[in-house]
Amino acid sequence: MAMADPGRLGVLAVAGVSHTYAGRPPLCFPDWMQGPGSVVALIGPSGCGKTTLLMLIAGLLELQSGRIEIAGTQLALQSGAARDHERGRSIGIVLQSFQLLPRLSIRENLLAAQYFSGNPADHSAVRSMLEVLGIADLAEERPARLSRGQVQRAAIARALINRPKLLLADEPTSSLDDAAAETSLQLLLSESRRLNAALVIATHDSRVKAQVPTVINLRGG
Amino acid sequence: MNLLTLSIAGLRDNRLTHALNCFLLALGLGTVTFLFLFGGALADRIVRDAHGIDLVVGAKGSPLQLVLSTVFQADIPTGNIPLDEAQALLRNPMVERGVPMALGDSVKGYRIVGTTSDYLDFYNGKLAEGRMWDQPMEVVLGADAARGLKLGIGDTFVGAHGVSGNGPLHAALPYRVTGILARTGSVIDRLALTPVESVWKVHEEHSHHTGMEADMPAGQAPPREVTAMLLHVRTPLAVVTMPYQINTQTRMQAAVPAAEAARLFSLLGFGLNVFRVIAGILIVSAGLGMLIALISRMRERRQEMAVFRLLGASRGQLLAIVLIEAVLLTLIGAAMGLALGHAAAWAMVKGVPAGNALTEMSMRWRPSEWLIPAMALGVGFAAALFPAITAYRNEVSVALAENPG
Repeated sequence: MAMADPGRLGVLAVAGVSHTYAGRPPLCFPDWMQGPGSVVALIGPSGCGKTTLLMLIAGLLELQSGRIEIAGTQLALQSGAARDHERGRSIGIVLQSFQLLPRLSIRENLLAAQYFSGNPADHSAVRSMLEVLGIADLAEERPARLSRGQVQRAAIARALINRPKLLLADEPTSSLDDAAAETSLQLLLSESRRLNAALVIATHDSRVKAQVPTVINLRGG
Repeated sequence: MNLLTLSIAGLRDNRLTHALNCFLLALGLGTVTFLFLFGGALADRIVRDAHGIDLVVGAKGSPLQLVLSTVFQADIPTGNIPLDEAQALLRNPMVERGVPMALGDSVKGYRIVGTTSDYLDFYNGKLAEGRMWDQPMEVVLGADAARGLKLGIGDTFVGAHGVSGNGPLHAALPYRVTGILARTGSVIDRLALTPVESVWKVHEEHSHHTGMEADMPAGQAPPREVTAMLLHVRTPLAVVTMPYQINTQTRMQAAVPAAEAARLFSLLGFGLNVFRVIAGILIVSAGLGMLIALISRMRERRQEMAVFRLLGASRGQLLAIVLIEAVLLTLIGAAMGLALGHAAAWAMVKGVPAGNALTEMSMRWRPSEWLIPAMALGVGFAAALFPAITAYRNEVSVALAENPG
C-alpha cells in the first residue's frame, strides 16, 4: 500500500511502523492510509499486535520507528499535554469492555471527553448525541445500571462526542453473541459514516471481515 | 466538568474509609486546635493580668507563689511585709508608682483585696455603676464577682478568713457594696476591692477574738503590714537591678511577673507537650491511613486513569485529580478538627466554675489556627504524593491490558 499525501487526502497514514517489547521479537506493521469515512479492519490472532498498533496510532505508546499521521499531524512529534489534547480532539476510542467511567453518569462521561479534549462543555451536543444513539433517557444513569447494549451505545457516543476525524475500535464485538455483535458493528459503521470519520476496527472476530471492505491481516513479526 | 468535579466523583466510593480517615485527622487537628485555644487564652490572661506590673515585692518564699498569689490571684500568699518597708520602695527614683495589696479574706471563693484605687489603673478598670469607696468596709466588686455573688449597690456581705473561702466568718464587720466595675477581661473582674484599711480593721478584730494580740505590748497598735507592693518602674533596667537590691538588702523578696509567667509556662509546657505528641500521633496516623487508602484506590483506579488518558487527559491532570482528592479530604478533616477543638474548649469553659483562670477561654478565631488547614494540607500532600506520582506514571497500554474485561 503506497503512502499518498495524507495531509491532502487522508485522515490516517501509517508507514514503516514497528514496535519491539523487551525480550520479544519485533512487531512489524503494514503501511496503509485511510480517507474520511473509510473503514479498515485489522485482523489477526491474539498477540499479533492489534492493540499495540491502536495505542501507537493514539499516541499512547512511543513510536519506535516509522511514521503515523492523523490529518497531517504526527502525534509522535508532539509532546506532553499537547499530544494528549490532540488525541482527545482527533481520535475517538471504543474499547472491548467499553470502559465507561463508573463514578460518572452517561452524560458526565461525555462531558469528561469534551473536557479532556480541551473543548468547551456543549450540553446540547451531548443531548443530541445521546438522542441519536437512543439513550437520551439514560443520560443521568451510572454505567452499572445499564444493559450491555446500552453501555456499548454510551461508549460509542463518548468516542464520537468531539466529532473525531478517526475512530479506533478495539475488539468491539468479542464476547458478544451474533445479534449483539451485528448491532455493535452496524452502529460503529453508521455513526462513523454519519460523522465522516475514518474507522479502524482491530479484531480477531471473523464475523467482522464480511462487513468491512478493507481488511489488513496482522501476523505478528 | 473540571478536575474538581472529577475529584469529587472519585471520592464517591469508599465513603466509610474516607470518613474514618477524616475523623482520625479531625481528632488530631482538634487536639491541636484546643491546645492553641487553651495556650492562647492562658497567655492572653497572663499578659492582661500582669500588664503594667513590672515587679512584685512581698514576703520571702517562692517567687512564683508570690506572683501567682498577688498578680493572678491563684495561690496563697507567701506572707506579709511591713508597710513602712514597702512604702520605702516608693521613694526609689526608679519606681514610677506602686500599689499596695493586702490579702487574706474571701467571700464565697472571690478574693477580697485591700488596695488603693490606683490598682484599677493597671487594668483600666472603670465603674459600671455606683461609686468608689470613701472609707473602710466599703467595697467595689468586679463584674464577675458581682454576678456570681448576686450583689448590687448597697448590699452587704461578710468575708471569710483565708483565700479559699472556708475559713471562719468575720461576722462583726460586714462590707457594703458601693460600686460595680465594668468588665475588663482581667483578674479584677473576679475580685472584691476595698481599701487596705478594711483588711487591717478586719484582722485586728480577728486577732482580738483569737487572742493573737496578747503578744503585743499594752497600748501599742500592731505594726501595719501588707501582702505585697506592685511596682511599675521607669526603665527596663530597673527590672533587672531592683530585684537584686531588694533580695539582698531587705527582708523582702522581689519577683518579676514576666519571668515567673515564663517559668509557669515551662512547667505547664510538659503537660501541653504530652497533648502535642498525642495530636502528632493522631495526625500522622490519619496521614498514613489516607496514604494506604489512596494507594489501595490507585490500584483499583488504574483503568479509570487509563481511560482519562484515552479521552485526552494529560499526565499532569491525573496528578492533579489525585492531589485534589487528598486536599478535599484533608480540608474536610481540618474543618472537623477546628469544630471539634472549639467545641472542646466551649465544653471546658462551660464546666469550669467562676473564678478559675480558664473561665474566659476565648471562643474567637486565633491567628495561629490558620496553621490547622496548613497542617492538614501538608498531611494531604504528603499522603497523596506517592499515589499521585503513580497516577502520573500510569501506562495506559499496560493498565488496559491488565483487565481488558
